Amino acid sequence: MLAQQLVNGVLLGATYALFALGFTLMFGVLKVINLTYGFYFTAGAFAALFFTRYVVASVWLALPVAAIAAGIIAMACDGLLLTRLRRRGAPELSSLMVTVGAVLALNSAAAALFSPDIRRLPVGLVSVESFNFWGVRVTTAQFLVLGASIVLVGALIWLLRGTRVGVAIRAVAENPEAAGLMGINTGRTAALVSFVSGALAGAGGMLIGLNFNAIHPYMGEEMMLRGFVVVIVGGLGDIRGALIAGLMLGVVEVLTAGYIDSGMKEAVSFAILVLVLWTRPSGLFGAPKLRRA
Amino acid sequence: MSSTESLLSVAGLEVAYGRTAAVQGIDLVVGEGQVVSLIGANGAGKTTTLRALSGMMRPRAGRIVFAGADIAGLPAHRVAALGMRHVPEGRQIFAELTVDENLAMGAWLESDGAEIARRREQVLERFPRLRERLTQAAGTLSGGEQQMLALGRALMGAPRLLLLDEPSMGLAPLFVEEIFGIIEGLKREGVTILLVEQNASAALEVADTAYVLEGGRIALSGPALKVAHDPAVMAAYLGG
Repeated sequence: MLAQQLVNGVLLGATYALFALGFTLMFGVLKVINLTYGFYFTAGAFAALFFTRYVVASVWLALPVAAIAAGIIAMACDGLLLTRLRRRGAPELSSLMVTVGAVLALNSAAAALFSPDIRRLPVGLVSVESFNFWGVRVTTAQFLVLGASIVLVGALIWLLRGTRVGVAIRAVAENPEAAGLMGINTGRTAALVSFVSGALAGAGGMLIGLNFNAIHPYMGEEMMLRGFVVVIVGGLGDIRGALIAGLMLGVVEVLTAGYIDSGMKEAVSFAILVLVLWTRPSGLFGAPKLRRA
Repeated sequence: MSSTESLLSVAGLEVAYGRTAAVQGIDLVVGEGQVVSLIGANGAGKTTTLRALSGMMRPRAGRIVFAGADIAGLPAHRVAALGMRHVPEGRQIFAELTVDENLAMGAWLESDGAEIARRREQVLERFPRLRERLTQAAGTLSGGEQQMLALGRALMGAPRLLLLDEPSMGLAPLFVEEIFGIIEGLKREGVTILLVEQNASAALEVADTAYVLEGGRIALSGPALKVAHDPAVMAAYLGG
């Protein structure tokens, strides 16, 4: 029983980590708490839904489609909403409030367009087969979620640590002015970071849609609450922290649901959030730094 | 010197912070291969001038012609692409990146790997101390080492014009001497430099031409040797 709960928790936590990584990356580089981030998650799930229903019923193709679609939407939102504020050096609160307004507009537009009903990915998209390891049951969907999360997180870390573009992203995160003096186009870097973050959110949306078999316009909002917990517990802008905190939150939620009450999941998550803010305001793992990728 | 052989020529440059004018109409010429020093008291507008030249600030008025192109108001990354490299006040190295990553960012605009490797080798020969620290986070270096990294990072861009803002500020005397030795060396190699310094005597010694800034205006300019012997300059900046 406990082993099964832990496995479920880690698998759930992998998607939380994936989702929070994009959020923390966006904050770490662009220095703005972008609340439209939850919408990219929803957008990814819907892109996967429409793609698998009307184009090809393939999970392997749907994942990149969801990621790219959400990435493009994220890039467009950042470009339209925040570039002008960034250029003028507007206070962080203005950017935050712009994203508050934008996400409400985007969510209600999505609800009006697609109806707030819960939708499901096509039946048979993923085999319903499950595997048994010493009494612990793991479904094909869960394997897929875990595999995709590992690949995406690995790709992000490789991008940031192993490529020149990644080093430039970290340089811009630390000192955009000095990065400009190196010849780095900071506007283009912001667009790239938006794309990558949005793509991570979109991939997360599709994977959660797959795992729970439920897609609806407000799924991103529910996820944002968890995103906040993960990102604050892990430390804003801290990639490694988001990974660990994401996995922890998944396990805590599953254990709370299993041993206390499933309605208490959120209460426990937010109690942790408050506790961390009280005691370790910059996160459990120290100062917020993109270096800790 | 005629303006046709000048690498940088500035006319009527005005720069303001909000409504406060910091630079109020200066003219300045830097010839290819020259070292030009800009001296003056704190708040005279030296740093602001450099910031406007490299695109970190938008000038309010004036022309800045660099390598034949009018660059006034261009963003920093486009000015850098024309071959100007600004080592800003306070060095502004990327403290969280390694020394090697800082150097790599200096050569961001160069895509030829062999050329980058060649420049890196040159920089490491010039600053052997950096070689020992390549994998260290740049923030862990001493002040003098950070200044060398900032210089090395700028040289990774193979600059046509190097802007140096107070390279000796806050450094121990031994490092100050070393930094000016390096500037001498660069000058011998033909690197064009516009140098802003508090240390007026050292700045005048290394320069071909000098400008004295006062209250955002040029109070005096000419061959460095002549400026150094100007009685007013001697009294105000050279300790009598």
